[in-house]
Amino acid sequence: MRHENTWLPAMTPPTATAAPLLTATRLAFARDDEPVFGPLDFSVGRGETLLVEGDNGSGKTTLLRVLAGMLPASSGEIRFHGSPASRDSRNGHALLLSHRSGMHEALSPRENLAFLAGLYGQRDGMTIESVMARVGIAAWLDEPLRTLSAGQKKRVGLARLLLVPGDIWLLDEPYANLDRHGIDLVNALIAEHCARGGAALVTSHGAVRFADPNARHIRLDAQEKAEPSANERE
Amino acid sequence: MATNPSSAIERPRTRRAEGFRTPNAWRACLALLRRDFTLAWRRRGELFLPLLYAVIVTALFPFALGPDPQLLGRIAGGVLLVIVVLAMLPALESMFRSDLDDGTLEQWLLAPQPLALLALTRVIAHWLTTVLPLIVVMPLLGALLDLPSAVLPVLMLALLLATPLLALLGSVLSALAAGARRSGILLALMLLPLAVPVVIFAAGAVAAAQNGMPYAAPLAWLAAALVLAIVLAPLACAAALKIAVEA
Repeated sequence: MRHENTWLPAMTPPTATAAPLLTATRLAFARDDEPVFGPLDFSVGRGETLLVEGDNGSGKTTLLRVLAGMLPASSGEIRFHGSPASRDSRNGHALLLSHRSGMHEALSPRENLAFLAGLYGQRDGMTIESVMARVGIAAWLDEPLRTLSAGQKKRVGLARLLLVPGDIWLLDEPYANLDRHGIDLVNALIAEHCARGGAALVTSHGAVRFADPNARHIRLDAQEKAEPSANERE
Repeated sequence: MATNPSSAIERPRTRRAEGFRTPNAWRACLALLRRDFTLAWRRRGELFLPLLYAVIVTALFPFALGPDPQLLGRIAGGVLLVIVVLAMLPALESMFRSDLDDGTLEQWLLAPQPLALLALTRVIAHWLTTVLPLIVVMPLLGALLDLPSAVLPVLMLALLLATPLLALLGSVLSALAAGARRSGILLALMLLPLAVPVVIFAAGAVAAAQNGMPYAAPLAWLAAALVLAIVLAPLACAAALKIAVEA
């Protein structure tokens, strides 16, 4: 198994605990003066999973897009490893899995993953073959993406998370379109990632039970505009 | 893997994590070029359309104007220039469309790569796959219109300078219009005013060559504009792409 626990406490410098992987302070986003979410305060440390819950339209996707750097926050601050979020501090840290896969339907998973690995770099010890085998669709490596089912495409997206470097996974509805085995796979991948010292933010509309009972939750509510902050609870 | 310290995802306090090959911009551009060429090859039927368009329109001119070699020879340079510009237009619209739809542009934005460089790479790939074939068949099209053989090299040189310039200008507009549905007409309306000076200089060089006059000056102007566009257009294109993705 190449995906077993590779996080060795002895390797970690003493300063490691100083800064969490990701910290958000009074983070808020508004579109045309219409508040979408926040202000939120939370931090995610190594090995932690944060479950972002909320109904449709409550701003879960927007929160992940802001954290990934695709949208500028209206107010508040994001820090990666203790330094303010920027293109450079995100480099190799934040990885977003969104509804749109970023893959072309006419290309095979191998060609798509090769392109994305060219953009992001490639994690040591990982090959396109090995990550496709890990997500269980190695047989589809050279088939055009359009011949794959929605669930299989989702798995190719998961393969990308394994292939390219990034310690904070921002997973937007990773369970969508997946069967029971797929859901178990997502949970196993998140657990392995956290065991290696990574962290994950996972959005869900609450239909799927998240495996880790110790995961922390943030709840986003569409009507939360009137509410004060401090939505984080253990 | 567990025995190799550098293969853990990454250690804290290292700005650039060590557990992976640092993605460099050169590799990213090569990956993008390879992807675009693969896609172009998969859809090579579509690439023939502009070519076919240019051949058909050129072949129709002698029928419409009458087979007077002198008349055809005189207008051939300008006609071929305009045909190439028009044949370029439809493909420009789709330069970023599918990437916006399937989320590839999101990945461009999120990846630790200079967006402008990726945009420039895309323009190069686009030019090589959709415009270069038009220039390659120029001797054939020139023959159809009885273009004087001395003018042909000047025409091809003018096109080699003018079409990348138009593709770069078009990339900015294409990025701006990418978010809008059915932006083809909009794009054409926006591009044509920008295409006018380019066509004027290219046609100026061809006309000068046809009259046996020095034609270096208009070509030099085109080259200067191209150099400027190579530097500035990708920056504008990157800004427009950011807007398109955030919208």
